[in-house]
This record gives sequence, structure tokens and C-alpha cells, in this order.
Amino acid sequence: MTKEVKQLDRVIIRFAGDSGDGMQLTGDRFTSETAAFGNDLSTLPDFPAEIRAPAGTLAGVSGFQLHFADYDILTPGDRPDVLVAMNPAALKANLADLPENGDLILDKDEFTKRNLAKVGYTSNPLEDGSLDNYKVHAIGLTSLTVEALKEFELSRKEAERAKNMFALGLMSWLFNRPTESTERFLNTKFRARPEIAGANIAAFKAGFNYGETTESFSVSYEVKPAKLTPGTYRNVSGNVALAYGLVAASRLSGLPLFLGAYPITPASDILHELSKHKAFGVRTFQAEDEIAGVGAALGAAFGGALGVTTSSGPGISLKMETIGLAVSLELPLIICDIQRGGPSTGLPTKTEQSDLLQVMFGRNGEAPVPVIAASSPADCFHAAIEAARIALKYRTPVFLLSDGYLANGAEPWRLPELESLPDLTVEFTTAPNKGEGDEAVFWPYLRDPETLARPWAIPGTPGLEHRIGGLEKADGSGDISYDPTNHDFMVRTRQAKVDGIARDIPLLEVDDPDGGARVLVLGWGSTYGPIGAACRRVRNSGHSIAQAHLRHLNPFPANTEDVLNSYDKVVIPEMNLGQLALLIRGRFLVDAIAYNRVRGLPFKAEELAGVLTDVINSG
Amino acid sequence: MADTNGSSNEPNGSGSSFPGLALVPRADAEQTRKEFTSDQEVRWCPGCGDYAILAAVQGFLPELGLRRENIVFVSGIGCSSRFPYYMNTYGLHSIHGRAPAIATGLASARPDLSVWVVTGDGDALSIGGNHLIHVLRRNVNVTILLFNNRIYGLTKGQYSPTSEVGKITKSTPMGSLDHPFNPISLALGAESTFVARTIDSDRQHLTSVLRAAAAHKGASLVEIYQNCNIFNDGAFDVLKSPDTRDEVLLRLEHGEPIVFGTDGAKGLQWKDGRLEVVDTATTLVEQLVVHDAHADDPSLAFALSRLDNLEFSHTPIGIFRDVDRSTYDEKMTQQVEDAVTAQGEPDLAALLRSADTWTVSG
Repeated sequence: MTKEVKQLDRVIIRFAGDSGDGMQLTGDRFTSETAAFGNDLSTLPDFPAEIRAPAGTLAGVSGFQLHFADYDILTPGDRPDVLVAMNPAALKANLADLPENGDLILDKDEFTKRNLAKVGYTSNPLEDGSLDNYKVHAIGLTSLTVEALKEFELSRKEAERAKNMFALGLMSWLFNRPTESTERFLNTKFRARPEIAGANIAAFKAGFNYGETTESFSVSYEVKPAKLTPGTYRNVSGNVALAYGLVAASRLSGLPLFLGAYPITPASDILHELSKHKAFGVRTFQAEDEIAGVGAALGAAFGGALGVTTSSGPGISLKMETIGLAVSLELPLIICDIQRGGPSTGLPTKTEQSDLLQVMFGRNGEAPVPVIAASSPADCFHAAIEAARIALKYRTPVFLLSDGYLANGAEPWRLPELESLPDLTVEFTTAPNKGEGDEAVFWPYLRDPETLARPWAIPGTPGLEHRIGGLEKADGSGDISYDPTNHDFMVRTRQAKVDGIARDIPLLEVDDPDGGARVLVLGWGSTYGPIGAACRRVRNSGHSIAQAHLRHLNPFPANTEDVLNSYDKVVIPEMNLGQLALLIRGRFLVDAIAYNRVRGLPFKAEELAGVLTDVINSG
Repeated sequence: MADTNGSSNEPNGSGSSFPGLALVPRADAEQTRKEFTSDQEVRWCPGCGDYAILAAVQGFLPELGLRRENIVFVSGIGCSSRFPYYMNTYGLHSIHGRAPAIATGLASARPDLSVWVVTGDGDALSIGGNHLIHVLRRNVNVTILLFNNRIYGLTKGQYSPTSEVGKITKSTPMGSLDHPFNPISLALGAESTFVARTIDSDRQHLTSVLRAAAAHKGASLVEIYQNCNIFNDGAFDVLKSPDTRDEVLLRLEHGEPIVFGTDGAKGLQWKDGRLEVVDTATTLVEQLVVHDAHADDPSLAFALSRLDNLEFSHTPIGIFRDVDRSTYDEKMTQQVEDAVTAQGEPDLAALLRSADTWTVSG
């Protein structure tokens, strides 16, 4: 009997289970199936910092939310339509987000007295009526998996571990997902252990077939492919896109990529990804500490490489002295800060935007550094290329800001035409630049009059031997200078060089569809999606709102002040306590309204829409 | 990398007597000390031991016959770290303690360069201690000159991590409390492949050690006892005075019995698992310890490094250890080459498509 298939335009699913239950893998696989099907999608992995917190506890709950639709979407969604909870802890930690009448899929085998007690349930929610407002599907995921795998020579424990694939199979049936890519994936992942691959595939199929036969599900759902801009797409996470952007920048500039990095959450995946691509001439150096990571990158840059270091907030703090040196040396260097909750160790696996002021001002002396922020996972690719462009052209360290949400979140990415990417070719200086004939010498700080960039002459270039360092240098010659007037001049010149980049970046664009908005919402970084989704809601409810999003935070685009002054009110939502708002107020004397939350999670569209509507209505 | 190497200048090649410089292009013509002298006024205190070391390095470099533009001096912070400004080569005066890290990146990215690190006891052993041990264990192809004057000079006279216990300084009016590092022991503990000690005032010995350090493939650590005549004057007088030095200095020569003192009156013998000073007159020649700098096992080198005390009772100078091990930068280059062999020429478009893709048509 074929069951009814209902059409939906969008669905939000959340997988939740114990850290050891494989929820991230399950979510990743469902995402890949969904991407291959052609839906637009957005994901939010949400996991604890502990690798394996005590089993069955609230602290150990790991979640993965996926939003997919037949139209373009901007966020992983606020509340799930379907919650898959693999144990009582996952239910307890996530139930509050499930709207009434939402689908709740539970592994009833896990609802034992002991497991319930562990998270403080005094009665079994499967029996006490507390779940009456939801569509509950209590299924023996564990026992059905074990039963399905009895042909395999596996211990009960090994068989139980495949229950996430049973759940994935069931969800794949429920939403009519293609299954080939998951089977292919499992065969590849467990190539060395074919019996494990076979068992996982059997569990996956058993889950799929269970959906088809069980009476617990009377209908399945379909979300048609999204009508996206024509092109070739793949699914990509922010960290992978960022790594690819760096490789692309290396190719576009003709400079070998040198990455100096120390492992840190949530940036390590960039190191992992780049270390796979040595065929591109990429050299990855896992340093003894954060300081050595950036130091080696700077040393490589002195030698003519595209020097990069990647880290998160705590590591950036350690690197700052070297970044100050890079400001003084005026060498290209890309510093990627994949922000996480702070201060100190903070929330390693949660997202935050609280390093903006650190990267702007966290160095001794007047040490301006350009700052670029990616706005979505796929945008990390283009943001990395832009960071390289500015670093190379202006001979300066550049901060590239991402965060945990972008780093681990994924979305479809329309692959760029390589011809559309900018030419980053660098001309090293190869001849003396001061004086004539036999008297001609090389002055390392004789600047390009337009960009104020200094010449980049690399070791191996005869006749241009020169010494540079962190001591103040005389304008032009680069000799050590303690002259008061020279220092004042050099400080202002380094600032002018960075400020001048404003002439070389796109103007700030405003999205104001009906042109009647009096309120502007200004954002930066990963809030792009939630702010955009909130603006849609506000507009759908009949209000006007303008949205602008900053990619360049230092310097700001040249028209920023004009844009801000065109609106009666400016709202700045940030996942910090108002860092951009402080800059905007200080720079432009605009009395911006800051909306701040630091919960380690991205904003919800509904919440932001409410905030914006209140501002609009407040006259 | 831009091809800045002239076609007529072949690198030394692997058959060279300087394996550490095998990939560095050679100069067209004979060089002079003057060519290595920059136009900058040297600003160390008159009488500083750094002058002698600078003169020795400038005088010795022409011997290597390398293209000057392929030599880079990297330093940290401190009196010694001004060194690069005075060398007419490429130079980078960086920040406190970080020169080994910066040099690691440079040497790894550019195997065609001869990279030198100039550092001091505070720079290398205190604030930069971590980088020092890691550059040594990785065996990055750099030559490290550690100027040890047992004092902080540039900050005007605080005790350093090599100062003797009880040192009275501005920051320790009642005497310093901490036990000092022995730089040679530390380097050997970090499994450095080349470890040597020399003295600023002994030009001939200094030059011979520099030559061996430059020749060595991988990280070389040269500790140079250097007098700070302002804040720690005379710290090494025992090793320099004609009255005392012959009784104290053990000049290590690979393959030779280790004898010292007037007319070689003293030698070394293994006793109870450690080295002991013995009279050569009453000891069988075959019982005297013969120096083996090339031994893979660092035990003898380490025992030699422990022979001395802070008052210089028996001070070995020369090369403690000089062994062959592949370098970090050559292995890194090899991995890049292997990846190209395995994966073929890089293709950016293919990289971007290296996942499931789908096409949306218009």
C-alpha cells in the first residue's frame, strides 16, 4: 500500500541525542541527502565541548538542526517541526523548542527508570500525559535496530550503535530523501570494515522500511527542490569554504600558501582541510603554540608566501604581539578568527561575535588592521579571497572574522566561475627604488603614493638586502628612527593606509524593497541570515524595514555615514554586548539602538522580528 | 615563489662540504668582509663582546661563498638581537623570544635560504624557551647563535635564566632564587642535532664552530659566552685569562681523547656511570674518553655538558654533538612533492567540486 505524500514548502528537523549517539553524523547525512535533492537548506550543529560527557546526562546532549525548503532560506530555523530525541535527556533539553502539535520521534527503549531518573523525570513522559500536545511516535529504535542486525556477527553494543542510521533511514522515508549518497558514504567510511558498513546500511534501510510499513506514520512529506539561481551547487560548511578560499587566493596570487596554526575549537577544521591540499603547494605547520603559528606565517610572508594563521578568540589574544609586528613590518598576513563564546575558555563549541573590539584594538600602540567578516558559510570562500586581496595589495595584516555558527553550519553553495574571481597577482620589487645609477638603493618604506603600500622585496633578490623590524622606522629608508616628528608621521601614515582602503571596497548596500523604511537594521558577520529572515517577517506583516550588512568593519565603506543618516533609527543586533554599536556611535555619532544576546546560539528570526517591529511601532 | 635565483648560480649541491647549505645559491665571485657590513652605525656599548662576534661572522661569511641575498638573519629582542641591522644581508628584527618561530616559517617556506637566528639568554631561554626547544626537536634548517652573557643588558641589569643562584641585581637585591638553565644540556634534551659552545674573545675557535654550525644540515645551536662589560663584566674571565684558561677549558675535538690542563695533564674517564677528571700520567690511554660528536646516543654529549659548574671548574668548548637527521623543511617539501605525484597537478575547479554537486538550470 502506498501512503499519502503531502507537499510542504519548508521543514525544520532537529536530531538530538547523547554525544556518543552520532547525531552530528546523522545530521550531516540528512543534510547531504537534502542538498543532493536540491532543496535550499541551512544547518545548526549544537554540541557540547566535552567529547563524551557522561552518557544520558543533559550536559552530554548533542543536537543538529536542519531547515530545508523549496525556496531560498536564510537561517536554520527557530523551532523544529520534527524533533528526534534519542533518549530522555535529549527530550528534556529540547522539548521546550517544539511547538504544539509538532512531531516527536522518541526511542522508547531508552526511557528506562534509570535514564529518566538521571535527568530528573519523576514519571515517564511517554505515559504521564505530559506529551499529549505533540504527535508522539514512540518507537523502539534500539531494539528494532538490534533485531534488524541479528544476521550480522556483531555484539549487542555494536549493533545498538547503528540506531542513528535506523533513525536516519526513518527520517529519509518520512521526507522522501534520496538514499544513494548515504549508502555510498557508509561504504567509503567503513571501507576497512565491510561488516560495519553492511550493518549500518542494513539499519538505514530497516529504518526506511519501517516508515513505509508502520502505522505510526500515515503520511510522508515532500519538499520540492528550491528554485535557486541557476548553476552548479554543493553543500559546504564555513570552515571548508574558508579553506577553499585560501587555496583559491594562493592560486590567484601565484603565491604558495603557508598556514601556521595551533589546534583550537572551532578553527581546527581549517587546518585539517588545508593539510589535505598539499598538491596545491600548501604548507601547513602545526606549531608548538598560537604564537609560533602566527610567527611562522609571518616569517613565511617575509619570504614571499601567502602567510595565514587560523585560530579562535583565546588564540588571537596570544598572537596579538606578532600581529603588531606585522603592522610595523607592513607585510601581508591573514589572521582568521573563528569566534566562540568568551571570555577566557568560555564556550568553545558555541558561537559569539565578541572579538570585534579585540581585533580592532587589542594591540599596543596605534596598530590599525583591516577587518573583514563573512556573513554565511559559503560567503567564507569569498571573504577569504577579499582578505587576501587587501593583505597583498596594501601589505598589511588583515583579520578575517567567522564564528562557530558559520564554521560548522552548512548551506548550498553555488560554485563560482573561476574566471569571475579577482586577479591577485603580486609584483615583488626587484630593483632599487631610490636614487639613480650606481647610487641607486632600495628603500623598504618608500611607499606607493596611491595605496601607501610599501615595496615587498623578498630574500633572494640581489641588491635589495634590507633589514626591518618592530622598532620605529624612518619614513622611506626604513632605518631605525626615534625622531618625534617621524614617529608621528609614521603612525598617521599607517592609519591613513588602512583608512584609504575605504576607496577600494564596495559601498554599503541597503535592502529596502519599498523604499519607505524609516528604520535601518545594521548587522555584520553571521547575523546576516537571522536579520534577513526577521526583515522578511516584518515586511510580510506590512511594515517597512531597511537592512544593511557590513562585510568590511575596518575601514567602514565610504558611504556608511550617509546610509546611517538616511534613517530615523538604526538598530544593531549583535551576539555581544554592543561592539559594533560602540564603533558606530563613536565614529559617526549615531545613537544606534543595540540589541544584544550572548547565549552561544544564533538569533531566532521570530525574536528579531519582534524587536524590529517594536522599534518601528515606537514611532 | 618568484624565480629570483640567477641561472648562473647553482646551489651548493648535496656533495658540498656544507650539507646545510646545499640548496642555497652560490655567489659569482669572491666576497669580502666589507660586503657583509651594512651602512648602519653599530650601537652596542663600547667594549661589548657582541662586537667580536659581529666581526667574526662578517669575516667568516665570505668563506661560505653564498649569495648574500640568500642569507637572512632573524633576531628577537635584546642587545644581541640588534645584530641583523649590522649585516648587509636580509634581516628581520622581530619580537621577544619569537625568532625561532619566525625563522621556522621562513626556512620551511624557502629552503633556498641560509637562515640564521641571533638570540640571547633571556630571549632564547626565558620568554622564547618554548620556541627554542621546538625548533631544535623539529630540526629546522637554521643556525642559532645564542649570545649568553648571563644577564639582561637591554633592560639594564636584571638576572637572567643563566645567571648563577644568588645573583645580586636590581631586581634581586637579596640574590636571585632560581636555578639556572644549562643551555647545552637543554638543547641536548631537546634532541638538537648540533650543539656547540664557544667564546666571544677566541676568534679562531669561534670561527671554527660557526663553520661547522653552518655546514650542519638542520638546527644548529651555538652557545657563545659573551661578556657584558656594563652589567656583568668579567663573567667569563676564568675562561679568558691566560693564567687560568688552560686549566679549565676542555677543547672538544671529534675522535680525539679529551685532555686538558698544562701539557695535557688531565683527562676524562667514565666512573660509576659519569665522567670524572683524572690525571693522564696515571691513567691508561685507552681508559681516557675519546670525544664522539657523531654518536647517535647523546649520553656522552650530555655528560660533557654536566661536567662544568657555574664557577667554571671544567668547561668544555667546541662541538658536543653533530649528527645527521632529516630536516623539517626538507620533509615538508617532500610531502608537497609526494602530494603532487599522488594527486596530480592542482585543479581548483575540481577541488571546489570535490563533494556531491547538483545543477539548477535556468
